[in-house]
Amino acid sequence: MVDVPLGSAGVVTAPDVEDVELYHPHSWVTKYVFSQDAKVIAIQYAFVALSVGLIALVLSWLMRLQLGFPGVFSFIDANAYYQFVTMHGMMMVVYVLTALFLGGFGNYLIPLMVGARDMVFPYVNMLSFWIYFLAVFILVASFFAPGGPTGAGWTLYPPQAITSGTPGGQEWGIILMLVSLMVFIIGFTMGGLNYVVTVLQARARGMTLMRMPLTVWGIFTASFMALLAFPALFVGAVMMLFDRMLGTSFFMPAMVEMGQPLDRNGGSPLLFQHLFWFFGHPEVYIVALPAFGIVSDLISTHARRNIFGYRMMVWALLAIGALSFVVWAHHMYVSGMNPYFGFFFATTTLIIAIPTAIKVYNWILTLWRGDIHLTVPMLFALAFIVTFVNGGLTGLFLGNVVVDVPLSDTMFVVAHFHMVMGVAPILVIFGAIYHWYPKVTGRMLNDGLGKLHFWVTFLGAYAIFFPMHYLGLMGIPRRYHDIGDMAFVPPSAHTLNAFITIVALIVGATQLAFVFNLFWSLRHGREAGGNPWRATTLEWQTPETPPPHGNWGRDVPVVYRWAYDYSVPGADQDFLPQNQPGPTRATTGAGHG
Amino acid sequence: MTEQAVTDTTHRYSEAAGLRSIAADFSSDRQAFRNVSWGKAMMWIFLLSDTFVFSCFLISYMTARMSTTVAWPNPSEVFALTIGATSLPLILIAIMTFVLISSSGTMAMAVNFAYRRDRRKTAVLMLVTALLGATFVGMQAFEWTKLIHEGVRPWSNPWGAAQFGSSFFMITGFHGTHVSIGVIFLLIVARKVWRGDYDQERKGFFTSRRGNYEAVEIMGLYWHFVDLVWVFIFAFFYLW
Repeated sequence: MVDVPLGSAGVVTAPDVEDVELYHPHSWVTKYVFSQDAKVIAIQYAFVALSVGLIALVLSWLMRLQLGFPGVFSFIDANAYYQFVTMHGMMMVVYVLTALFLGGFGNYLIPLMVGARDMVFPYVNMLSFWIYFLAVFILVASFFAPGGPTGAGWTLYPPQAITSGTPGGQEWGIILMLVSLMVFIIGFTMGGLNYVVTVLQARARGMTLMRMPLTVWGIFTASFMALLAFPALFVGAVMMLFDRMLGTSFFMPAMVEMGQPLDRNGGSPLLFQHLFWFFGHPEVYIVALPAFGIVSDLISTHARRNIFGYRMMVWALLAIGALSFVVWAHHMYVSGMNPYFGFFFATTTLIIAIPTAIKVYNWILTLWRGDIHLTVPMLFALAFIVTFVNGGLTGLFLGNVVVDVPLSDTMFVVAHFHMVMGVAPILVIFGAIYHWYPKVTGRMLNDGLGKLHFWVTFLGAYAIFFPMHYLGLMGIPRRYHDIGDMAFVPPSAHTLNAFITIVALIVGATQLAFVFNLFWSLRHGREAGGNPWRATTLEWQTPETPPPHGNWGRDVPVVYRWAYDYSVPGADQDFLPQNQPGPTRATTGAGHG
Repeated sequence: MTEQAVTDTTHRYSEAAGLRSIAADFSSDRQAFRNVSWGKAMMWIFLLSDTFVFSCFLISYMTARMSTTVAWPNPSEVFALTIGATSLPLILIAIMTFVLISSSGTMAMAVNFAYRRDRRKTAVLMLVTALLGATFVGMQAFEWTKLIHEGVRPWSNPWGAAQFGSSFFMITGFHGTHVSIGVIFLLIVARKVWRGDYDQERKGFFTSRRGNYEAVEIMGLYWHFVDLVWVFIFAFFYLW
């Protein structure tokens, strides 16, 4: 980390950057509904995404009820079960995690952390949220459409996604799903362009790229990746929509349905899988990279220690982002593609483990001999590291072709991706909400409820997903509505399924304590003050809490140091805010990179 | 020989200096791209994203063309027009391509005059560009009509693989939509130029931001991109 004091040769003094003409709201509607303030948009994004998350949580309950107690709940027939699976998956991955990390945390934290007054194009930013809202509306509408939502599985593989055997295949479900995805992508593109350009072109004086907090790096990289990955899903959705509505055969081979040959031929179902996973794999990292970034800041702040190897952390983020575009077909080892592809994609997949491992080591070395405060955000951050390592290790199993072939389409896969991209990012989201809630509202979340929420969620997640690995190794298939009495399924598997279901219900119900905490603390939480965690990054240095429109009052902050000056020897307090000039010329981890 | 060597080294030096200045820009505060406005940066990144959209469309089309079970129709014959009893292959497409490339020329001239703050010439050249763009879309509509009359549908056609019609309507339709959106925005920006919005720094209706003549250049970036995409469609769809 090169320390560049202002005005030295290292800093190119930017020519007069146009000062933002802030849009000033004139009414309640333009202030809180059609707001152009990134912070309000962030809260809108987060609120909608968390609501969708609650719907998706209930869907997972319904699935688990069927798996744990098959046949007891007669309203969950095979069709309903597949609809729950599909909607749970698609909602969680796209409409909750992506929207919450990029739309929610991105909007709130990017302008504050880089020292901007707002996003570069607030009007486009506002459109982004409302188009996202429209996408959610279309998605939820499919529950009420004739035939219900699509039951094609969250990967929407054709030809089954658009044929008559699948729920919603020949009705409204699949159409609404595809349209909703297209609308989401248009909305996201508007937001994503804003996030990327704000980071690149609208930083405060003294804020070089290599002084940015890792949170910003994570969200920035993920937004950029999303701008390049979502086009593939968009194109796939357009083509499948044509297949469904115009009778084209992009993805439809010659088929016989109910004894009748369909009027289709020559299409390639594999093409859709390639398009889907060209989006789908980067999507995993679109969710993971913001989590990596946020967790780096959480552990550094709550362990009062500078992040270890800042520059390596940045380069690892970028390396993971780039590599994630060349690994997509590891989701397709058993799809029937050319088997030689497996060699290439297994190799690239395993290479990704290197930058990822660098990050994990650096987190642990940050904690090493740190002054660890076991606050609620820190608990979630630590839980993330453990969970991510667990999920990542099973990823090494599945990345190898020979190991993947027997394990694919078993509960092992379900366990793997729920650990690595379900539970792990959600833990970070919780940690981040506990961490930044005081800045958003001016009050702390209740600690006791937070700890209860943490322990039940953390231990519960393990009680749910650890046994699934075992079920998968036994060969229990995933996406089966009812396993039935197969010879290879011991009775203990059924007991285990019932156990998982009961834990899932308990963990799900505990989330209500979190929701209650969010609303209760608005009024009754402890007053937080401007910087309750004594953190260095700019968002904690705003003159007012919560920050007003325009963030900084009259003067935009000037940045003098990196984001990780904790416990600097010789300093009079154990942290030095980024905008504090001072005699302690931060050595800022020079040489640690 | 000596001269050659000297040129080479100078070249290498300037290259190194170029890399150094890129590194300096990226390690500076405030902006990673010096003197690049927000709008222009955003347009470039959007175009990068849009490149991925068109790449996916074209690669999907190529996959379909290579893997289809029935023979692909011969584009030279399908896209031939009979003029004066001679069948001219790809004649309409050639004219369309010429029109669109010409519109890039007028757009470039418009950008030039915009930076000289020549209100009238900029607006006129943008209108000419829009007119050429509209002509392109019109000829595409003619082409679509002709093919539909000959029995080409997204799901079938008289000559071979059904994916021919599907890909044709999808890709040219998507590109035509881009051109149409471009024409609309050309007209909007031309009107602003004509009215003198950028001289008076009038605030935008929706965004309440002050515009300046750079809007013409940003519009130009989009327009040249749409042109460039057409060159690829021309090469991969019609000439293959």
